Amino acid sequence: MKPVRLIIVAVGGQGNLLAARVLGEAALSENVPVRMSEIHGMAQRGGVVESAMIFGDAESPIISDGSADVLLGFEPAETLRALNRANPETVVVTNTATLPPFTAAIGRGVYPEMEKILSLLRAKTGRVIAFDALALAREAKNPLALNMVLLGALVRTGRIPVTPEAVRRAIASETKKAFVDSNIAAFELGFEKAA
Amino acid sequence: MHKLLEDAPGKKALYLGNEAIARGALEAGVACATTYPGTPSSEISLALFEVSKETDLYFEYSTNEKVALEVAAAAANAGIRSLCIMKHVGVNVAADVLMTLAYVGVKAGLVIMTADDPFMFSSQNEQDNRYYGKMAGLVILEPSTPQEAKEMVGMGIELSEKLGEPVILRTTTRVNHSTAAVTLGGIPTRATEGSFTKNPFQYVTIPAVSRKLHTRLLARLTEAEKLSDESPSNFIVGSGPWGIVVNGVSFNYVRDALSELGIGDRVSVFRMGFSNPAPKKRIAEFLAGREKILVCEEGEPFMEEMVKAVAQENGVVIPIKGKAAGLFSREGEFDPALVRGVAARFFGVKDLPAARIDLSDLPEIPARPPNLCAGCPHRATFYEVKAAAGGRTLINPTDIGCYTLGVLPPLSSADFLICMGSSLGTAAGFSRFTKDKTVAFIGDSTFFHSGLPGLVNAVFNNHNFTLVILDNGTTAMTGHQPHPGVDMAEMGFSGYNRISIEEAVRGLGVKTVVVTDPYKVKKSVESIREALDAPGVSVVISRQICPLYARAVKRPRRKPFAVTDKCRNHRDCVDKLGCPAMSVVNGRVSINREQCTGCAVCAQVCPENAILPVKD
Repeated sequence: MKPVRLIIVAVGGQGNLLAARVLGEAALSENVPVRMSEIHGMAQRGGVVESAMIFGDAESPIISDGSADVLLGFEPAETLRALNRANPETVVVTNTATLPPFTAAIGRGVYPEMEKILSLLRAKTGRVIAFDALALAREAKNPLALNMVLLGALVRTGRIPVTPEAVRRAIASETKKAFVDSNIAAFELGFEKAA
Repeated sequence: MHKLLEDAPGKKALYLGNEAIARGALEAGVACATTYPGTPSSEISLALFEVSKETDLYFEYSTNEKVALEVAAAAANAGIRSLCIMKHVGVNVAADVLMTLAYVGVKAGLVIMTADDPFMFSSQNEQDNRYYGKMAGLVILEPSTPQEAKEMVGMGIELSEKLGEPVILRTTTRVNHSTAAVTLGGIPTRATEGSFTKNPFQYVTIPAVSRKLHTRLLARLTEAEKLSDESPSNFIVGSGPWGIVVNGVSFNYVRDALSELGIGDRVSVFRMGFSNPAPKKRIAEFLAGREKILVCEEGEPFMEEMVKAVAQENGVVIPIKGKAAGLFSREGEFDPALVRGVAARFFGVKDLPAARIDLSDLPEIPARPPNLCAGCPHRATFYEVKAAAGGRTLINPTDIGCYTLGVLPPLSSADFLICMGSSLGTAAGFSRFTKDKTVAFIGDSTFFHSGLPGLVNAVFNNHNFTLVILDNGTTAMTGHQPHPGVDMAEMGFSGYNRISIEEAVRGLGVKTVVVTDPYKVKKSVESIREALDAPGVSVVISRQICPLYARAVKRPRRKPFAVTDKCRNHRDCVDKLGCPAMSVVNGRVSINREQCTGCAVCAQVCPENAILPVKD
């Protein structure tokens, strides 16, 4: 199977490690070879958390610059910052709800305009799916399910070699029991949004 | 039941490299595991700590790596299979034990797990710990994948028992922190009852004994070289005329590179997983018939020098290259495209075209550096020390932990850092030879790790500085591991004692000791001023629980604060504290209610008393 390389970027606390875990378990359940790596040295302290996932026949657990087939961003400025990982063919899925870094909040740097972020992403990559995932998570009555909304949209792109059924099963087995229903609801909303 | 205890031999499960290593220890019958936490090794310990709650596995968070290795060394010499876990720089702390433990040897298997951190994702240097194996005369095993990392624990235990020596399992961040499917083995019952047969002329390293032990160690090293030559961890893939020698995670990059470049049939790859002592015979066989060799290894030219030495001994004069301008660097970590590019250049084949995006017109994106959390008591302490100094210049030696982030503005409270515990010794040096007041910072866990000897030294030699112990009741940086000052009952464990930092400091003879609650700003500033003005060594214990840990152990939450209409926009709160819960929206300061932990420090800093608890 030709490798598919996915980069997920998020801010510490947004739940991207759990999203990666769910996707990894889904792949394993369908016998799709999968390798993942993560860098989250100081995630709890507001830094950026990055996961790399490689599906199919490849050995390396990390992804070089320019080699991501899919870029999933949980925060729009972080999606833009991770553009060095993408190439002109890359499919980008990004949340548009912002989480400005405290440096911008205290006036050290300016958070880019959303329109500017989206137009740059559209101009430089193959396809961009951008929407307010936080709003959909709230609609699913679980703001923490932002990660599941984005997972739904990601799977809907058809670029990740796992079926939506396998991901639903993995959500049921890997996420906390009390949240499974709202997580599935969030996943479905994201899945519909990216139709 | 803990995930790692799953009794399902043959099952494939997704495991983090570090979980795989912990599972490997359980499958190898390890009954004693000791550690001091450190990234990228921390999850191994965390997993075994949790498992120890449910099983007869003995696990301890030792006060530092030296002690951890001593405990494990004795356990192994009492016949208990043991694992000692640390990050790469932890081995520096344990090195005194390591070098002579190699002379003394072990009875039951002992694996010393060291996690190197190329690129320094969360470390102060990127030293290559393979040299420790060479220096001590011990076997080094290096896995390429989580699966192999798991197997190498068991292999290490077996080799250790065969040779009577500890074995070093050396990983890098990308093995520890990568996840892949791992095939589980069975978990045997652990042998937990040890016994010790006295034999002082083998175990007590007086010179007359050590001379014999050194001879024995060298004989064992010769035996180990045979094992290295025969080891299945040293293997060759392919039979082409060009050669690559590779270790660790880079093996994966090499395999991807060869298939992407389409030169798999022209290259043979020697994957070295048993890298000390060198498998000289196998290397010599590999060199025969090769036209040129590329050595692919992160860090130092460890294998490169080895391969060149074997070539010299065998009169082979082909090009052998690795660390060189235009090829591999000794800095940072590798990635697949980098390895592919170097291989293409070295072997003279065309690399894949780069599919890069032009990023030159991207706007500047504000940085997102890690920051002390909202409500972090360290932030308050740094502010209070500055306030107590009243404009005096301070020299702030600091130490290793979350509080190292005090280096960032607006706190700017870190001037010098070398290693764990260095705040104390360096404070002594600075205070002795400069006119500025020296105020050193150290965390509670780091204080127990290696701060104590520095404090003893400072009292004895009558140095003149203030030590601020940032006591947040946990080892916060690495994920809230306990330390000797922690209330273990709150973590759900029994059978521990608790050591009072205050009593320890007073017991060491420090005359001026003040304990502050950093959330009480005015009072803290007064107490700190008293300590700064005291002659000799004075100690401030700034005590307030880590807010993340408080949440983890379910302490009651405080009410969040908000900026009221009384605000005159002085912005002292933002400019002097830099709390991530605060932001400036349309020229006005605002507090994020979800992030605010209610520490009330900003409310006390505000000159207008404009920050008040949120009314429901």
